Amino acid sequence: MSELTFTLLRLGYLVLLWVFVLSAIGVLRRDLYGTRSADRRKAKKSAKARAAATPAPAQVAQPVGAAAAGAAAPAAATPAPSVPRGPSRLVVTAGQLRGTSLPLSSQTIMLGRSPGCTLVLDDAFSSSRHARIFPHEGRWYLEDLGSTNGTYINDERISGTVEISQGTPVRIGRTVVELQG
Amino acid sequence: MSTVEPVVRRPMRGKELVLLVLALALGIGAFANVALRTLGELPEDFYVYSAVWAGLALVAHVVLRIRAPFADQVLLPVAVALNGIGLAAIYRYDVARHLQDRSSDLARGQLTMSALAIVLACVLVFVLRDHRALRRTTYTAMILGLLLILLPLVPHIGTSINGAQIWIRVAGFSFQPAEVAKIVLAVFFAGYLVTNRDTLALAGRKVLGLQLPRLRDLGPILLVWAASLGVLVFENDLGTSILFFGLFVAMLYVATERFSWVVLGVGLLAAAAVFAATTVPHVQQRVEAWLHPFDDAVYNQTPGGSGQLVQGLFAMANGGLFGTGWGNDYPLLTPYSYSDFIYTMLGEQLGLTGLLGILALYILFVERGLRTALGVRDGFGKLLACGLAFTVALQLFVVVGGITRIIPLTGLTLPFVAQGGSSVLANWLIVALLLRVSDNARRPSALPVRGTVGKGGIVASVGAPQVLEAVDSAGEPDVAPAAAPIRVGAGEPRPARAVGSAGADDAGTQLTEVVRPGGGPLPSGGPPVPPPPAPPERPDRHPVDEPGEPQQRDQPDQPERADDDEEGRA
Repeated sequence: MSELTFTLLRLGYLVLLWVFVLSAIGVLRRDLYGTRSADRRKAKKSAKARAAATPAPAQVAQPVGAAAAGAAAPAAATPAPSVPRGPSRLVVTAGQLRGTSLPLSSQTIMLGRSPGCTLVLDDAFSSSRHARIFPHEGRWYLEDLGSTNGTYINDERISGTVEISQGTPVRIGRTVVELQG
Repeated sequence: MSTVEPVVRRPMRGKELVLLVLALALGIGAFANVALRTLGELPEDFYVYSAVWAGLALVAHVVLRIRAPFADQVLLPVAVALNGIGLAAIYRYDVARHLQDRSSDLARGQLTMSALAIVLACVLVFVLRDHRALRRTTYTAMILGLLLILLPLVPHIGTSINGAQIWIRVAGFSFQPAEVAKIVLAVFFAGYLVTNRDTLALAGRKVLGLQLPRLRDLGPILLVWAASLGVLVFENDLGTSILFFGLFVAMLYVATERFSWVVLGVGLLAAAAVFAATTVPHVQQRVEAWLHPFDDAVYNQTPGGSGQLVQGLFAMANGGLFGTGWGNDYPLLTPYSYSDFIYTMLGEQLGLTGLLGILALYILFVERGLRTALGVRDGFGKLLACGLAFTVALQLFVVVGGITRIIPLTGLTLPFVAQGGSSVLANWLIVALLLRVSDNARRPSALPVRGTVGKGGIVASVGAPQVLEAVDSAGEPDVAPAAAPIRVGAGEPRPARAVGSAGADDAGTQLTEVVRPGGGPLPSGGPPVPPPPAPPERPDRHPVDEPGEPQQRDQPDQPERADDDEEGRA
């Protein structure tokens, strides 16, 4: 074979190598577009900014939370069958996950830090499996699962299972959740 | 640690196949190129070897399609491409030896080891359905890892090659246990840190803005530091000790998000390096060769001179910008140009353009590993993927940095490329683990992630974590949209909904059927709702119970809270 052939082979091989590299990068483009990133630090900052901007966060928590839920969690919009009449979602009104909402179904909602929980709390003061909220005969109940720091309703530590109604703030560590219609 | 979620989740294995074809073309093309240039014709067994190589890659691809359809698409092609390029380079060395009538049959052995490694990786992907199973072996992994590190020091088994006591020789096969130890230790670190990261991150005093950990929390890091220093002193292996220690510091940093660990780790490493550079003769020579390679006395010193390093630099200089082309170089001038110095051989044949391409492949590989760590939802998986990817990155830095005189030369091998059975084996196992974790990371989940709810709403419930795990990790990513969801709990029947992912796994369903006390078949007309267009073998049933406790559920009068004792406590 002539030297020209080898030169072509040599440069052709380099082209092939870079075609491979670039097409691999092309496959990865999907990582840039079409992902959703949940950065905890940013969430913390924006929560602080929001708290600073609003003098009484507890009172406005609901609309802010609802708006944030709409923006941050479009996936949560999936309608769930509301077997028990009444509240249709569980909303986090304070804490790191403020604005998050979960549609209620006939199923129990586990709250805690464990990745296996339904609502994974990013809260150092909650236990790994902290509490659960479950429906029974059309009403919703809250049960503390022996957590270290306790579960509070109106600054009162609950023990055992209590019924909760729509709008009752339930505090777990620094997180407050409530049922909403 | 933040979480990144792809919005669109499709397996996209077709793209992997396209990349795989390109990757095979890189390896086989290089093989043909070398043969044409040096021998003037293709060797007679060219097609056999090429077919074997392509077959191996395709087998791996098919295994992924079956067992891990959502796994990353880039990892496998990149590994195949690098391994193929490495095989071609080793073949080039063999040919050069043959042309001088000296025997060398390294490429065949390397192909055999690569084949074995790919098969083992496939087996691992096939058998290991969920990487979290490895978490249970945390402390076993620690003991195994330490044993593997210490094995070369055992008399009669351990052998010393070129001054480094890092080999074992059993029944004629030599093996470098440290290569496997790095994977085992990554498993241990991930399991250990995911449990203890809060203690490591939060307890302790703040000094000068650095959160210092408590002394008792420092225990494990000091242990690993001592172990890696032991490797350095007793086994004379600078590279491996840097690798182990760097791996642990990186994983500590990822687990705790505390920069103080990095400062501490780098400080300890610097202390060890200074100690070694002043007292360990083996390391002293390396440092001297690094600082003054062109000095005559250093160059000619045997052993431990800088001759190899300088020849490698000359080889890369000979390659220039576009290289000399496959088979047109002088691989015999640089000692160990087929293993430790294969980077310079590639640099000579492919030039800077080719070397940058190869480095880009490594960057892609590492990026995919780190990206997998970002995407996966459990802490153990995050740390494991991160640790494995970091190992490859650190090893690459230590090797390439040593060869290009950025840091003193150490005896690590270029992952996937350099000749060496244990290295290839270990790196393919890393590929398998990363693929397994990435399948888990990218698979659509019915479970809500950080408060958002996956497609189909909340499916599993009454807290039994086993059930949640089962949904999350069910091996078959059942994409059939109408599969019956796992529904636990005594709730009344509700309309069946489409579930995004793994619905009732077959095992669970069948088990429930078997243990039902009545013995009869399930009530077929149970739920008063029209069944969804489900696959015929999965009619909508009564809520599928967890296999462990079905009896209580069949009695409607049973108080609902009777089974609550089964739940674990926080």
